[in-house]
Amino acid sequence: MIGELVNHPRRAAILGGNRIPFARAGKAYRNVSNQDMLTAALDGLVARFSLQGELLGDVAAGAVLKHAKDFNLTREAVLGSALDSRTPAIDLQRACATGLDGVALVANKIALGQIEVGIGGGVDSTSDAPIEVSGDLRAILHRANSARTTKDRLKALAAIRPSHLKPSAPSAAEVRTGLNMGQHQALSTERWNVTREEQDEIAFESHRRLAAAYEKGFFDDLMTGYQGLARDENLRESTMEKLASLKPAFGGPEGTMTAGNSTPLSDGASTVLIASEEWAERHGHQPLAYIRDVHTRSVDFTSGADLLSAPAYAAPEMLARNGLTLEDMDFVEIHEAFAATVVMILKAWEDEEFGRNELGLEGAFGTVPRDRLNVYGSSLAAGHPFAATGGRIVATLAKTLYEAGPGKLGLISICAAGGQGTVALLESAR
Amino acid sequence: MKLDYTTFVRSAPGRFIAGKTGLPQPTDLPRYEDRAEPILGPVLVLGTSDETERIAEQLLAWDGDVRRHGDDLDRIGTIVVVLDEIATPTDTSSILRGLPAAYKKMRVGGRIVTISRTADSPEPAVNAARAGVEGFVRTLAKEARKGTTANGIVVDDGVALTESSVIGALRFLLAAKSAFVSGQTLRVSAPGGGLPARWEAPLEGRTALVTGAARGIGASIARTLVRDGAKVIILDVPAAGSALADLANEIGAIPIQMDITAADAGRRIVDELTKRDLVLHVLVHNAGITRDKYYVNMDEERWNSVIDVNIAAQLRINDTLLDSDRVGEEFRLVSLASTSGIAGNAGQANYAYSKSAVMGMVAALAPILAERGGTANAVAPGFIETDMTHRIPPVQREIFRRSNSLKQGGLPVDVAETVSFLSSLPAGGCLGQTLRVCGQNLVGR
Repeated sequence: MIGELVNHPRRAAILGGNRIPFARAGKAYRNVSNQDMLTAALDGLVARFSLQGELLGDVAAGAVLKHAKDFNLTREAVLGSALDSRTPAIDLQRACATGLDGVALVANKIALGQIEVGIGGGVDSTSDAPIEVSGDLRAILHRANSARTTKDRLKALAAIRPSHLKPSAPSAAEVRTGLNMGQHQALSTERWNVTREEQDEIAFESHRRLAAAYEKGFFDDLMTGYQGLARDENLRESTMEKLASLKPAFGGPEGTMTAGNSTPLSDGASTVLIASEEWAERHGHQPLAYIRDVHTRSVDFTSGADLLSAPAYAAPEMLARNGLTLEDMDFVEIHEAFAATVVMILKAWEDEEFGRNELGLEGAFGTVPRDRLNVYGSSLAAGHPFAATGGRIVATLAKTLYEAGPGKLGLISICAAGGQGTVALLESAR
Repeated sequence: MKLDYTTFVRSAPGRFIAGKTGLPQPTDLPRYEDRAEPILGPVLVLGTSDETERIAEQLLAWDGDVRRHGDDLDRIGTIVVVLDEIATPTDTSSILRGLPAAYKKMRVGGRIVTISRTADSPEPAVNAARAGVEGFVRTLAKEARKGTTANGIVVDDGVALTESSVIGALRFLLAAKSAFVSGQTLRVSAPGGGLPARWEAPLEGRTALVTGAARGIGASIARTLVRDGAKVIILDVPAAGSALADLANEIGAIPIQMDITAADAGRRIVDELTKRDLVLHVLVHNAGITRDKYYVNMDEERWNSVIDVNIAAQLRINDTLLDSDRVGEEFRLVSLASTSGIAGNAGQANYAYSKSAVMGMVAALAPILAERGGTANAVAPGFIETDMTHRIPPVQREIFRRSNSLKQGGLPVDVAETVSFLSSLPAGGCLGQTLRVCGQNLVGR
């Protein structure tokens, strides 16, 4: 039942995170696999927290774009890492919320006293996205594979026709609507009257703030350089003028969504170390933040709801059951799938009608001051390797809260395909 | 197949051709992993002073097969010549009487070490006698074959040969750890910081920071310091992050990703130490870069970047660190110089400047650190087989390899062993020196 107060037996603490810099599709990480990247992200975390040979309670991670052979991706990455090889692992997937849900799974186990320490995270490579063969070719290959004699095998393979060889490229389209995510958001963008300027402003701030964070060394202990990359490859100097000059990418010739205010296809991996307070103390680690709550819900976009609007519902529900309001949040992290998504969610929360009709409140849910929103930049600048985004945001917000001091609260909002949204509430551990 | 003289000359046909044509035939040098015992026996100890007896006793305590005469021996592993009391150059001949015969019997990877007094006596005859030892040792090293090395320990007046710094220097130069150190004199000018509780782990209880540790010599230094018992922090630039993490996981070290040229690098190191509640006993400035170009074509960027990484950053970090409360007892600073900085090297004006500068830095730092029981020294590698030297064109590389008394390039571990020695307690008597690890390279002193 939604709306009931969650009562955790004990607090799950975020001790830190590690990610590899995010790369643009087809660039720095074009020759590495999901498993390579996830292993590197794990190993960097192991190194920073001296977890060599440690037996952890669980590692929960996953990828959105996954090869069939990678069915046990996370476990394989654990085996390739410096962790104790007996550490168990689970693969999970909730589209772009995968990383946050991985963190939630581990945190919940800790909260319930089932495990003491674990890692949540995610990885995605758009450079090495799986390419499927046609159904006909698959049938032929299966037949050839099970043939007992070479003759039978050749006979089976002889059935291949040129038309069978056309690969089916992976598609980001929603199965039930046939529209891809950008096209869906373009509809929402129009419906919510999100302007080009509002979107470009979000994109500009994302780059500016992420660059400033690197400048002050904020990511020194959140990142491990990989394949010669020390910073997110997508990060660049941008101006409002430059952003305004880009052609629309979604929504037709009159569209407002561009390559500048939409997240680029990216490669990367991220991990978060979560533990009980006892474990943290025993190992000499200062927690950064506690995970107070996590909540997921969906919207029925097949009947016309905005595909990426689920967090607009999930966050108010989660805060309400914790007796909190938007004004109580010191920091708000809204994943920038598209700048328009962020603006849409902010508008929904500021909208009295939406508050009354959709959220059952007396008025609007509230306003997020811009100086509390994505303070160290987000996906538009960093890139968005789907399942890796959650771990990036959790670790960034946990450190932000810790540095801000006692009692600070932070909200994470991540939208996902299928009309889903996962949100989380973190509290400073200092 | 790659062109590699050393592999070729060790093959059967290679050996044959080399023997007929007089080409150099480098010996496979035994390292610590091949020979862990401190002394290669039998040991011949020459000398007439009372201190000679103390040295012989020390060698016996290390399970050495110690002899005072070499006549009845077929083979000799180690020769220690104690010349501390010579007052005129003519005093040497009686002490060295048995040496030529013994010298012929040296085993593979043998060791010759002289112990004498520093040539800073006001007495001309005494000073001449002492100064002569250096030329003699350097010549022994040049004539040595089969991987034998010859080195000298020179001890300042007032420091007894039984002091821990002399013992420590002797143990290092006799061990396989000093395989690529030859023709050098190591000066001991103070009693030193005591002996380790266990020689197998001379850095036990000590915390060390190594910069530029992700690869090559830096990684080897980190591995060696861990092997010797230290808790090690490894630092390198963020772009080398995953290599650094892999090494950290391999040896159980703490990784710090940081560009040492950042203005606040020192403060961030101090913060990291504070956060982890650590004090530093050893700082190894290994990080370095080359930007080679003939000086007439060298632009400002090439010059500045090398100067900044190789020396300016070290000075800044030292200042911040030494002002902090994060420096422990018996602090040891070791900085990487280079034989290029001693002899110069065409195309490396910037690099040579920075490496000479390192030698100047440790010389001036030593007395400052000595006030608080610390030391500062430098290690100057010659040709070492690393990714960096493998980028040198093959013919030139072969020439560099052959132009030392051991006729081969050294290994990163050779540099690492010397760094570890200078990081240890007994090296407390080595103040502001630059010790070469070059197989007695032909250039420079």
